[in-house]
Amino acid sequence: MISLSNISRFFTMGDQEVRALNHINLDIPGGEYLSVMGPSGSGKSTLLNIIGLLDRPTSGTYLLENHNVTALSEAEQAKVRREHIGFIFQSFHLVPRLTAAENIELPLILEGVPPAERKARVATVLEETDLMDRATHRPAELSGGQRQRVAIARATILKPAVLLADEPTGNLDHKTGAEVVALLEKLHHGGTTVIVVTHDRELGNRAHRKIQMRDGEIVTDEK
Amino acid sequence: MKNKDAIFLSFHTVVSYRLRAFLILLAMALGVAAVVVLTSLGEGARRFVVNQFSSLGTNLVIVLPGRAETSGGFPGALVGETPRDLTLEDAASLATIRGVRRYAPLNVGATEISAGGRLREITLLGSTANMIAIRGMKIAQGYFAANNGPNPADIVLGAALANELFPLGNAIGQRVRLGDRRFRVTGVFAAQGESMGFNTDEIALIPVDHAQALFNTQSLFRILIEAESRSAIEPTKAAVRAALTLRHDGEEDITVITQDAILSTFDRILTALTFAVAGIAAISLAVAGILVMNVMLVAVSQRTAEIGLLKALGATGKDIKRLFLMETLWLSLAGAAAGMGIGYSGAFFLRLAYPQLPAYPPHWAGLAAIATALITGIVASLLPAIRASKLDPVLALSKK
Ligand SMILES: Nc1ncnc2c1ncn2[C@@H]1O[C@H](COP(=O)(O)OP(=O)(O)OP(=O)(O)O)[C@@H](O)[C@H]1O
Ligand SMILES: [Mg+2]
Repeated sequence: MISLSNISRFFTMGDQEVRALNHINLDIPGGEYLSVMGPSGSGKSTLLNIIGLLDRPTSGTYLLENHNVTALSEAEQAKVRREHIGFIFQSFHLVPRLTAAENIELPLILEGVPPAERKARVATVLEETDLMDRATHRPAELSGGQRQRVAIARATILKPAVLLADEPTGNLDHKTGAEVVALLEKLHHGGTTVIVVTHDRELGNRAHRKIQMRDGEIVTDEK
Repeated sequence: MKNKDAIFLSFHTVVSYRLRAFLILLAMALGVAAVVVLTSLGEGARRFVVNQFSSLGTNLVIVLPGRAETSGGFPGALVGETPRDLTLEDAASLATIRGVRRYAPLNVGATEISAGGRLREITLLGSTANMIAIRGMKIAQGYFAANNGPNPADIVLGAALANELFPLGNAIGQRVRLGDRRFRVTGVFAAQGESMGFNTDEIALIPVDHAQALFNTQSLFRILIEAESRSAIEPTKAAVRAALTLRHDGEEDITVITQDAILSTFDRILTALTFAVAGIAAISLAVAGILVMNVMLVAVSQRTAEIGLLKALGATGKDIKRLFLMETLWLSLAGAAAGMGIGYSGAFFLRLAYPQLPAYPPHWAGLAAIATALITGIVASLLPAIRASKLDPVLALSKK
């Protein structure tokens, strides 16, 4: 369902060119559980941002569910992002002044779902992520693991086909990290395509398909 | 994103950042209050002048000796030339003109009045009983019944003057001297206070024929005419001018002015002044706008990560722009409301402190202030909102 052909992303810093992604070819079928590993600066986050339509490739073609999404306008890309893609970040990125439930509600508001339905869906997701008793807490009042679970709930409330996680356990200790991984794998079992960027070898090896990157290129790709 | 949700979400944000909200609100409120207070000052000045003119009498047409050089000015009186006398006979001829309800010839001069050993310099009016009706003056005690003459030597004293000359309050029937002539007090005016910088409590009124004899002149200072109605003012003015010109052998050596014309000139000038003052006050709103713009730019850079997140969640640039615009819209609205409160109570206290000045905000002031505040808010937040909507989500998210 994700098909990258000849995708490059170059940055120009002063007079030198940084090749963050260098002619990448990658096909990811629906429902896959994939990990991306590699040294710092190898282009993992850039790859994820391109797949998530947060960034545009310098060249190449990106087909998402057989649609060429590279050519879409900003507003159209936003819509695709809203409906098909969920993001999870190392630093959670919760809005500090909103409660857990309000943070989770944000994508529904952006999508224009009516308030009554929003409340019901947020309640369901809170239950699935075991956060019912934390619904009215603000991010500052939550532990790291709880914050990441709120972020996952928010990323998945619109049931996206693809979940992109950039070092989701990077800021968590081993135990809470394992809880977050368990939640991601539960979503994978539910049929979501999960792509995880990580430095954690143990987490990376749990994935069914493992990609190694170096200098903007995919060096190994094993099942 | 639905509008209703954007409105609610932006309100939530506004109340979450109290200090920022307070700053913007304060700036807006002061600007709006300035518009309201300054325009009520201008409007107060306008009403003050209009009231002063109205106190001179209604539907007033005034005849002056001398030719007006430019229309609307005060000829003769300023230039000092009096080519041909305006006489009592001229005045009497007006009685039959259509539209004239009543007329009063008027002489004015300074003279000394003495009674019971007290001596004072006063402004003396010479006229007929009609003047009291035309000018809306009130006689508290006694009467004044003079016509074009010959009349008995009666005198009516201003309230303060009567009090000063006859502190016991027994002025009626007493004798006073003006120069070497003796007059009998037949009336005392009701206390009226200042009108057009001219204290009617300190004057005295005698019959016009006696005044002409006293000042040794045949010429009138003015003829005051009361037209039958407001709509009769202009035709009466024309008829009076024509009649007097005819009497003066076809030479138009008189000037006929209407209080209406003077009043509307003042009205126009002072209304323009009020608008000018409102414009000056609006500058303080522009200053508020600059402050709003700065505060919003800071807000955008503080919330860069949040903007990146919203984009990652699927917000369009338009959504982001709308959220930031609505935030300032909320603050502008609240600021305008607070400013109206401050402005209207400011005008209220102005009226308390200066009761003579009817400092009511003009009816358009509130509307203008709110509209200016909203427009200022929108314009000022346009740049920050556009900047927010154009943020690159990847860079925004990587910023802590
Ligand atoms: N906006 C940018 N401007 C210039 N260079 C950039 C930009 N974003 C990324 N790069 C460069 O592109 C390369 C790949 O960056 P990327 O963030 O994808 O690496 P990464 O594999 O995610 O590293 P890490 O493991 O540290 O997160 C790096 O050399 C980085 O410096
Ligand atoms: Mg990275």
